[in-house]
Amino acid sequence: MSGLFAGVSTRGRVLFAAFLAFLIVAPLFLNDYWLAIIIIVCYLGYTGQSWNLMLGFAGLLSIGHALFIGVGAYTGAALFVHFGVPPALGIFAAILVAVVAGSIIGALGFRFEIRGVYFALLTIAFAEFVRIMVDHSRWLGGTAGLFLPVQNREGIDLLNLRGSPLMFYYIILFLNFGALALCRWLLAGRLGYYWQAIRDDHDAAQALGINVFRYKMIAVMISSAMAGVAGVFYAFYYNNLFPEQIFSVEQSVQVTFAPIVGGVGTLFGPILGAFILMPLGRVLSTLTEHWNLPGIQLLFWGICVAGIVLFRPAGIWPWMARTLRLTVRPGKDE
Amino acid sequence: MGQPLLTVDGISKSFRGLRAVANVSFEVEEGAIVGLIGPNGAGKTTCFNVIAGVYRPDSGRIRLRDATLNGLRPDQICRAGLARTFQLVKPFKDLTVEENVVVGALCASGSVSEARAATGDILARLGLKAKRFQRASELTLPDRKRLEVARALATRPTLLLLDEVMAGLRPTETDEMVATFKALNRDTGLTILLIEHVMRAVMALSQHIVVLHHGEKISEGTPEHVVRDQAVLDCYLGEEVEV
Repeated sequence: MSGLFAGVSTRGRVLFAAFLAFLIVAPLFLNDYWLAIIIIVCYLGYTGQSWNLMLGFAGLLSIGHALFIGVGAYTGAALFVHFGVPPALGIFAAILVAVVAGSIIGALGFRFEIRGVYFALLTIAFAEFVRIMVDHSRWLGGTAGLFLPVQNREGIDLLNLRGSPLMFYYIILFLNFGALALCRWLLAGRLGYYWQAIRDDHDAAQALGINVFRYKMIAVMISSAMAGVAGVFYAFYYNNLFPEQIFSVEQSVQVTFAPIVGGVGTLFGPILGAFILMPLGRVLSTLTEHWNLPGIQLLFWGICVAGIVLFRPAGIWPWMARTLRLTVRPGKDE
Repeated sequence: MGQPLLTVDGISKSFRGLRAVANVSFEVEEGAIVGLIGPNGAGKTTCFNVIAGVYRPDSGRIRLRDATLNGLRPDQICRAGLARTFQLVKPFKDLTVEENVVVGALCASGSVSEARAATGDILARLGLKAKRFQRASELTLPDRKRLEVARALATRPTLLLLDEVMAGLRPTETDEMVATFKALNRDTGLTILLIEHVMRAVMALSQHIVVLHHGEKISEGTPEHVVRDQAVLDCYLGEEVEV
């Protein structure tokens, strides 16, 4: 366990523990409205972490994460709706389908050495293919959408993911911090070193004996598996799926906001970014409510991202960690 | 003389009709330091890249002991025991100096902790120990060159290919680097093949020199022999080189 906090100062550990403790007890004093907001915050933090694993760690830009989320969502939902398979089992199928989707894109992209922006275009293209396919699939509800039966809004049925918002709150909180721990662990291991080497210099990494194809594939597979899990959560939390919503470029782009604002390639960046963007966006929407400005929140997020890219391209987290002395540079004492 | 460590047998490589390397053959004995010299555009780096697996040779064979290297990817060639540096340094800029070397050491280690333990000696040899926690992007060019070597060494190669690691170094730094390679060669028996423009370094290091010009081998032999070879003097060294 101590390895997970290597490089974090005592102050950083205390603040992290306080932050986590706050989130655990938050439902005691937050109303349903704010609980719902924190659920979305954690969802954005979690999907952001999955996206960050590809770009921030391995240098692979995806603007098609909606694809992995979407196929995960549809797989979990369709198995439940058509065959009564509980999502506790369906999630494995969802992960599998998401990983297959990721592997196809990865294998094509990496086999033909498609890098950078061109790889991103490939991810967008596949998300669009699948959106159109689902649009025309009657079995998946087509454009009219796929709806999950809602019976249980109060209790806790983890097996079937039917229950109160509180249950969803704790699930996504667990996913969010579980992903943080997972990424922290991955980054400290062989995979982390190899990914960062590939990100910083592909040719030098290969010259040092790294099978770049294999390790880029592993990055895409883990990232898409994580996104597939997010999809199952999405499906069972919202109880409805529309292809033009879940597979949209907008969804893919939204996934990128939290890590960009928090800090691409940092571990805490996606969570921090989500906690900054979402509540601010919501407050702004509420404040401007009587002017009726649809899309104000997205516009605001876009401005935030532009500002970060211009003025603090490394993101808020590295700056915050330094200013508040939450981390310790290697080789230095606190 | 035993079996050579590296055998380059008649390799050729063309780029759209331009013959960058034409039918070049040479051998590198186990434990030797061999220099590959020639004027700009002579095909030295292309020759390196063919050996290191970046380019596939149009013809010819490359063997490391009994293993054929042709057609292997650069990572497979590294794992076969042949490490290289890049002429234009390629540090992993967001990683620390130590982490850069750990990446190389992982090639020969079972775990990250084992790899990290292996970096100490290498960093000390290259004079980078005090800077091991600095980010590679903060290093000066001479230090980046040293890092390039340290990283390649960490893969525990049997043959090290050095592509102009002395270029841009001051004379005293060059001498330090020469001493480092001599010590490595003496202490560990490491075989080295180097491309170098700094004649002072090539002459001080190499037991054997191969001269390329227009992609062809025009001379080969001991440093004393090569600097007196008329063909070499005509195209490359000129008249005034002192050994």
